[in-house]
Amino acid sequence: MQRIGVFVCHCGTNIAATVDVKAVAEAARKVPGVVFSTDYQYMCSEAGQDLIKESVKKYNLTNVVICSCSPRMHEKTFRGAVETVDMNPYLLEVANIREQCSWVHKDKAVGTQKAIMLMKAAVAKATLDTPLTPGMLPVTKRALVIGGGIAGMQAALDIAEAGYEVDIVEQKPTIGGKMAQLDKTFPTLDCSSCIVTPKMVDVGQNEKIHIYSYSEIEEVKGYIGNFDVKIRRKARYVDEDKCTGCGLCTEKCPMKNVPNEWNLNLDKRSCVYIPFAQAVPKVATIDPRYCLMLNKGKCGICSKVCGVGAINYKDTDKIVEEKYGAIVAATGFEISDISKYDEYAYAQSPDVVTSLEYERLMSAAGPYGGHLKRPSDGKDPKTIVFVQCVGSREKDSCKGGKEYCSKVCCMYTAKHAILTKDHYPDTDIYVFYIDVRTPGKLFDEFYRRAVEQYGVHYIKGAVGKVTPNKATGKLEVQASDLLLNEQLHIEADMVVLAAAIEPSHTARKLATMLTTPMDTNDFFTEAHAKLRPVESATAGILLAGMCQGPKDIPETVSQASAAAAKAIGILSKDQLVGNPCIAHPDEMMCNGCSQCAGVCPYGAITYVEKEFRMPDRTTKVRRVAQVNEAVCQGCGACTVTCPSGAMDLRGFSNQQIMAEVDALCQ
Amino acid sequence: MQAELIKRATELMEDGTVNRVLGWQKGQFVYDITPAVFTSVEDLKENFVYNAFCGDNLSKYLRAESEKEGKVLVFLKPCDTYSFNQLLTEYKIHRENVYVIGIECNGKTSGEDLKKKGIEGILDVEENGDELTVRTIYGDEKVSLKDVESYRCATCKSRKHVAYDELIGEDGDILDSHRFDQVEEIEKMSAEERFNFWRGEFSRCIRCNACRNVCPACTCEKCVFDNYDSGLYNKAAENTFEEQCFHIIRAYHVAGRCTDCGECSRVCPEHIPLHLLNRKFIKDYDALYGDFMAGAEVGQMSPVVDFTMDNDAEPSVVQKGGAE
Repeated sequence: MQRIGVFVCHCGTNIAATVDVKAVAEAARKVPGVVFSTDYQYMCSEAGQDLIKESVKKYNLTNVVICSCSPRMHEKTFRGAVETVDMNPYLLEVANIREQCSWVHKDKAVGTQKAIMLMKAAVAKATLDTPLTPGMLPVTKRALVIGGGIAGMQAALDIAEAGYEVDIVEQKPTIGGKMAQLDKTFPTLDCSSCIVTPKMVDVGQNEKIHIYSYSEIEEVKGYIGNFDVKIRRKARYVDEDKCTGCGLCTEKCPMKNVPNEWNLNLDKRSCVYIPFAQAVPKVATIDPRYCLMLNKGKCGICSKVCGVGAINYKDTDKIVEEKYGAIVAATGFEISDISKYDEYAYAQSPDVVTSLEYERLMSAAGPYGGHLKRPSDGKDPKTIVFVQCVGSREKDSCKGGKEYCSKVCCMYTAKHAILTKDHYPDTDIYVFYIDVRTPGKLFDEFYRRAVEQYGVHYIKGAVGKVTPNKATGKLEVQASDLLLNEQLHIEADMVVLAAAIEPSHTARKLATMLTTPMDTNDFFTEAHAKLRPVESATAGILLAGMCQGPKDIPETVSQASAAAAKAIGILSKDQLVGNPCIAHPDEMMCNGCSQCAGVCPYGAITYVEKEFRMPDRTTKVRRVAQVNEAVCQGCGACTVTCPSGAMDLRGFSNQQIMAEVDALCQ
Repeated sequence: MQAELIKRATELMEDGTVNRVLGWQKGQFVYDITPAVFTSVEDLKENFVYNAFCGDNLSKYLRAESEKEGKVLVFLKPCDTYSFNQLLTEYKIHRENVYVIGIECNGKTSGEDLKKKGIEGILDVEENGDELTVRTIYGDEKVSLKDVESYRCATCKSRKHVAYDELIGEDGDILDSHRFDQVEEIEKMSAEERFNFWRGEFSRCIRCNACRNVCPACTCEKCVFDNYDSGLYNKAAENTFEEQCFHIIRAYHVAGRCTDCGECSRVCPEHIPLHLLNRKFIKDYDALYGDFMAGAEVGQMSPVVDFTMDNDAEPSVVQKGGAE
């Protein structure tokens, strides 16, 4: 017979204010199996833990039930405590009487009644607890970083710094990401290229880092410490090892009218191309959509001019298989599609641009060599209207608007305004905003400079309509000033839209492969919003940069370093402690229907034909489920799917769940 | 038709393709048909029957039969082929040990369905297209099969065979037979009316387990209701068990796997419309996940247990807030 101890925590007033903790402890004493119960102000404190430990010894307890906060918070703490007094940690149960009880009730009588029920359910479960021992898992000492932007590069550099091998998988022909496309960075106005390209070189030259550029993740299998990843190396038609990046092929290529995605299609490039001068790896890539040789079998000029014979028109996609111990997801962001916001005439006039396009227009490496011109006629813009929150902070999702704030737009718009005014002081700049949000070191000072020193017209209000006037070549902007309650009509030369930021479109597919949760906006969800912000809920998957939510460069870099630290924490171990709460089938009950294999998100269930001795002493070959204990994450999807009840979860057995329900229903 | 089936079965037995035949034989009365395995040509010629009473779905019997030595011949009506495929999907039948002859079906009747029309003392039945000649002790009666067919046949989902090695008779089409009409009527009830309706129906249950034993989807090694460890076993003694547990749990267990063959309702001695529970699930699946028919194809899993890596696979989405 079990000797169960029940410990009720006050959590200061967090629980005690809405739950009569003494009454809960009193009620526990009457539950069969409970030999000791008490309450204490802070059970998680050292004194509280000592109380548990001493009681286990004094009363010879076989099981412990803690009535406190969510097990997510302190189950580990309490399990650690009982382990020191030689109790198997899985003989401890936590009844959540804080988040699920005291915090959701106002009436103390009701709260107390519910707390008692939750306690009884936990005692019923504890009665059926069995000691569990976790297995040990080996660790592959190599990390994978998905995405070669600033987040991915920083994470890779930090992991390499600790002495581990890192692979970066980047879908574009070069690493660098969005940061390499920016002109200057706020609030210091230092040149983005000047700070990001040395990082790219560091990554490219680091012996521990291997870059798979122009590659995609094809398949991810396995689990923390032991991920098996297939990487698709897309056909580049240029041998990376031979190519010296001299650029002769790009000069001689006759297909010169390919939209240049590096400059957001504002100019053209050749069909065989190197995205920009500082690309890493500096290797040419043939765009198979436009190549005459690949499509029509005629041309072959790049092959003729290449001095090292690097061009290979017969190149095909290759799959590389590699093992990793940890994965950092750093897939970054994209500018959301604003084509449905036709009031801003984005699709109608080339002079209406997104902020990222404006960034390229101003960049010295951009289509106009750093001289700000209107895309339509190349004239200097005299009046520029900036519109904030295009698609951000908007509930009207029929246009693809996002409910969230894209966070960086207020600052980069201030930057654009300052830079423009700095170079062309006679430009008139209007910024239409909902709110100006500038928390951050030196951020508000920067914005104030735009307003006070540079005289940028910040107007709280919305732009209602932008009409291109063909006769004058101007954009007629109709807007409202909400503070003065006035209608404004501005004749602008350019309109710049701060389009919402959204996660990379590859993130959703990747989340499925990594089995990591996402939120409704497709940002990866962190394991705990406050306490585990760089880890995904799936063990061994870490998050860095915009893929987790909008953030600026310094935040991205700090998160990347934090993710790297977490990855190093995994890689530095020789073995990892597994989770013993995993599924296991009762083979005599399993009827081989395979439904559990269908629902398993981790691919942990396989089927084998096995010979069994049947109750009537005959033998029979039956198809039964097998669980790979290292792959199973203990989610329990299989146990509820199994119609026979053959699949069961250790630590959360069907019987235990039933006992809990029965205790609640009594 | 019966003669044709016996002829073909005899041929297949004689040329060694199969060594036994799974079919139907007469019971005490002509309408008391039972499934049977025939191991000799003589047995077949003497006892094999196929007529308008042969409603029994033979596919479930293949679970045991296909494990034995040699190949078994089975006759499957269109609706039975769905169960057959579903059993194959769940690895319950060794396909290589089965020879399937699909047979045309125009709907089946039963002794009770005929009695409802006032036809009693039945001696034999003869099917001629849509017309049924019933020989009774009071003389011959001619009726249209449409008038006397079982409810499940009146709402037949498909006259198309989805599995066979050869076909006798014509293959039909998937039908639009308004099989969800009755479900819709129940959906229209208030929660209280609905609860009372089902409590009334289930209160007649005598727990004979006929529905479970005949169901082609009920193929567990050990049923949860017989398993002490399942935590359900000890609830069977409660007098609300049939009303509130047994049938509802069973419906959940076969959801997504039920091919709507209607055997559960056919065998129920208390005439509980059990198929309506399953049809409610089928209707909901269709509404939530697009048209899905269990058993339409081999290897096709129910949408709720089908986790694929295709583009339509959605990772878990963390939603804000609770239920509306």
